[in-house]
Amino acid sequence: MDRRRFLAGTAAIVVLPFGPASATPEAMAEAIRKVVGDAAVTEGRVTLDLPPLIENGNTVPLVVSVESPMTVADHVKAIHVFNEKNPQPNVFSARLSARNGKATVGTRIKLGDSQKIVAIAETSDGKFWSASADVIVTLAACLEEST
Amino acid sequence: MANVLVNAPKTAKRGAVVEIKALILHPMETGFRPGTMGKIIPRNIIERFTATWNDAEIFSMDMSPAISANPFVSFFAMAAESGTVRLRWTGDEGLVVEERVAIAVE
Repeated sequence: MDRRRFLAGTAAIVVLPFGPASATPEAMAEAIRKVVGDAAVTEGRVTLDLPPLIENGNTVPLVVSVESPMTVADHVKAIHVFNEKNPQPNVFSARLSARNGKATVGTRIKLGDSQKIVAIAETSDGKFWSASADVIVTLAACLEEST
Repeated sequence: MANVLVNAPKTAKRGAVVEIKALILHPMETGFRPGTMGKIIPRNIIERFTATWNDAEIFSMDMSPAISANPFVSFFAMAAESGTVRLRWTGDEGLVVEERVAIAVE
C-alpha cells in the first residue's frame, strides 16, 4: 500500500464514525420544495438578520422580518428557515396571522458549518418571498463531545 | 422541571402591537452528538411552541434540532382585547410546559 492510499484510508476511517449525515444544498432545495411545491419563490420583502461572522455556532441570534401590512386581507401566513450544512435542512417553521400585527420572528439557532441560510415567507395570497445570507462559522455546533 | 422566562407588557393600548419574548430551559439535544463513550446521545428537543390569546391561536413554531439549547422565541401580537396569553412548549420525552401571562388592554 503506498503512502497516498494509506492516508486516504485512514482519513475515511477517522471521519466516518463521527461525521453525522449532513444536509446538502440539494437536501435544502428538496426541503424548500416540500414547503413551496411548484410555486415560484421571489427574492425580496424578507429581511434575514444574523451576524455574518459567527464565533460560536451553538447560539446564533436570527431575526426574520417580512414587509407586510398584516391585515386580514394581506398578511404573512408562515415563515420558514432552512440551512445547507447542518445535519438536517430545516431550522424552523412559524405560522402567523393578521393577529400578529407585525411579521417578525426572532430565535437563536445552531450552525454546524459556514453556509447559506435561506428564509422563505408565505403570504396570504399564496405567494412565496425569500432572503438568504451567507455566514462564516468559526466554532461549529453539534460536533463537540458533551462533558 | 422546566424553567420558563416570559417577557410581555402587562398593559397595552388597544390595537397596539406588542412583543412577546419567551425563553425555556431545555438542552435541545440534537441526536447527532456522540457522548463521552462515543455513543450517540438520544435526541431530546422541543418540537413545537404555540401561543394563544384568549384561547385563539396567534403564533406557532415547529422547531428542529437546529434551534439552540434553551430555545428563545420572540414574536409580535396585536393587543385587541384584555386577556391571557398562554404559551405552550411540547416535545420529546412527553414534555409539556405551559405558562400564562395576563395583558390588560385599555
